[in-house]
Amino acid sequence: MTYNTDKKGYYGKFGGAYIPEMLHANIEVLKNNYKKITEAKNFQKEYRQLLKDYAGRPTPLYFASRLSEHFKTNVFLKREDLCHTGAHKINNTIGQILLAKKLNKTRIIAETGAGQHGVATATVCALMNMKCIVYMGETDMKRQMPNVERMKMLGAEVVPVYSGNKTLKDATNEAIRDWINNPEAYYLIGSVVGPHPYPEIVAGFQSIISEELKIQMKEKTGNENPDCIIACIGGGSNAAGIFYHYLKNKKVKLIAAEAAGKGIHSGFSAATSVLGKPGILHGSKTLIMQNEDGQITEPYSISAGLDYPGIGPLHAHLFDIKRVKFISITDNQALKAALFLTRMEGIIPALETAHALACLGKIKFTKKEKVVINLSGRGDKDLEAYIKFIKNKKQPQIHR
Amino acid sequence: MNRIDKLFKSKREGILNIYFTAGFPRLNQTAEIIKYLAEAGVDMIEIGIPFSDSLADGPTIQQSNEKALANGMNLKIIFEQLKNIRQSIDIPLILMGSLNPIMQFGINEFCKKCKETGIDGVIIPDLPFSEYIEDYKKTFDKYGIYNIFLITPQTSGDRIKKTDTASKGFIYMVSSSSTTGIKSKIEKSQEEYFKRINRMNLKNPKLIGFGISDNKSFLKACQYANGVVIGSAFIKALSSSKANLKTTINNFVNEIKRTNCCIV
Repeated sequence: MTYNTDKKGYYGKFGGAYIPEMLHANIEVLKNNYKKITEAKNFQKEYRQLLKDYAGRPTPLYFASRLSEHFKTNVFLKREDLCHTGAHKINNTIGQILLAKKLNKTRIIAETGAGQHGVATATVCALMNMKCIVYMGETDMKRQMPNVERMKMLGAEVVPVYSGNKTLKDATNEAIRDWINNPEAYYLIGSVVGPHPYPEIVAGFQSIISEELKIQMKEKTGNENPDCIIACIGGGSNAAGIFYHYLKNKKVKLIAAEAAGKGIHSGFSAATSVLGKPGILHGSKTLIMQNEDGQITEPYSISAGLDYPGIGPLHAHLFDIKRVKFISITDNQALKAALFLTRMEGIIPALETAHALACLGKIKFTKKEKVVINLSGRGDKDLEAYIKFIKNKKQPQIHR
Repeated sequence: MNRIDKLFKSKREGILNIYFTAGFPRLNQTAEIIKYLAEAGVDMIEIGIPFSDSLADGPTIQQSNEKALANGMNLKIIFEQLKNIRQSIDIPLILMGSLNPIMQFGINEFCKKCKETGIDGVIIPDLPFSEYIEDYKKTFDKYGIYNIFLITPQTSGDRIKKTDTASKGFIYMVSSSSTTGIKSKIEKSQEEYFKRINRMNLKNPKLIGFGISDNKSFLKACQYANGVVIGSAFIKALSSSKANLKTTINNFVNEIKRTNCCIV
């Protein structure tokens, strides 16, 4: 079984480059050059140096003792929240901005949901002195205001998107349309979605997470393999990154936590593995939420980063061949898990990450098992949602 | 003979192909709009299949898609509405839309329905050339449906030649790097691109689309191709006109085809 794309850019049945002819030349250039560029010694040197000195890698692997005690197992947290800008997103934007530079691009387009990718893109654009335009749904701009302000402060132009539900899907449409109208620009996509070769490029840059994890697990436990790895999934970039180097090792169980919103069948959900069917969205064939006419269903999640009606083609493939197990987590379960981590370990996670944490309450692990959770982002941007939740609850449910 | 071939056999220049979104402005006007367009002297019609997330479309056609979907339009209804269209209309009819709704309808069923209805060709902007050849061509050929390919200023010479070889009917020449309805006139740099394509002596006729919006751009584009496709400008006319549908369509087509304009 292979976990890379075939010659035509597919992961099994999923992937490809379903793009209008207007983008064909641009995608060809990327497809024909990105491997040569990113695998070159000088590129890797610059990329690794920036990851270390600028982004703050390697991120720690933290043994969460109180959490472990509570769940009667061994919980490790891969601290991507400690990256510069507060999430794993910077791993990808550093890589892609260097790639854009090698392709002589100066105008950068990006889409963002929670704003983490937008901030990470605006950050590297400031660093490299490039023009940065970030598309963001109006709904997301409201619920992730601090990130909007950060992007602006970093010099990016944040363009509000008013179509559809005004969330990540719509922002991605607008970013791609901008690219059609400005083919000289570089589209810096934020997740393992989009036309081939983007999913592969992003997965490659995020794979640093599992590369480090192997070394850190070996140091901490004497074995580079945990028993289980859990990550949240919207498009799926942090999941792709932490799964990447373990895909071939079937002894390591892989779990993706997707957003069930107000309940899988409530009509307010983003649980693609349950509700999705194969289709075409944003240039790739993958699992997407759609009605019987093939119109894309508006997804819902309290977490802007998971509020997307599809998953990357790699994940659709991993789901299809049953390499990754998908678990759906509701808004409420995520909120509770976030609060729980905060009080147990003194770490406020992002709402997206909270979905991965909530899996601990849904799966029974043994005392011996070692479970790694990708702590993909920090929760400062979600304070408003957390405050509201705590107020409504009066007393957060904390088991001491 | 496919009606598209028949048209280009009898007419080589000034061909006017009008696009509209099925289900816009109202659900049940598809056949009516086609009838009035044909009566007004349009040579070919593109019927848009609405899609929630069409990448190649600018705001005007996006909004018409949204409205059409809100009105309840889907492929099944389009075919139902066009069931008897060939009793009165003889000009080429083309369906245009994103791949996903067609894929969910089923490619074989789609092509079969196209043939039964009398649809001559299909334009699916996000269906890549290579995927079409490998996975779709056989079915299209089986039912005699032409798949129309796009070329753009970025399309390489080699790829244009490949496209020309694989094309039937005509080649859709996208006038500039843009989504639909963004530009409204033709600039000097675009004329260079048109000239470059003309020097290639392609075997297929060419229609220029994107950025053709009025009499001036129509006449200009006609100097470099067999004709044009107009979409957004027509959708705008449909949304803003206070006259009845027939008059609106007549006025629009007459204005585009006006020949007393000598400033080209």
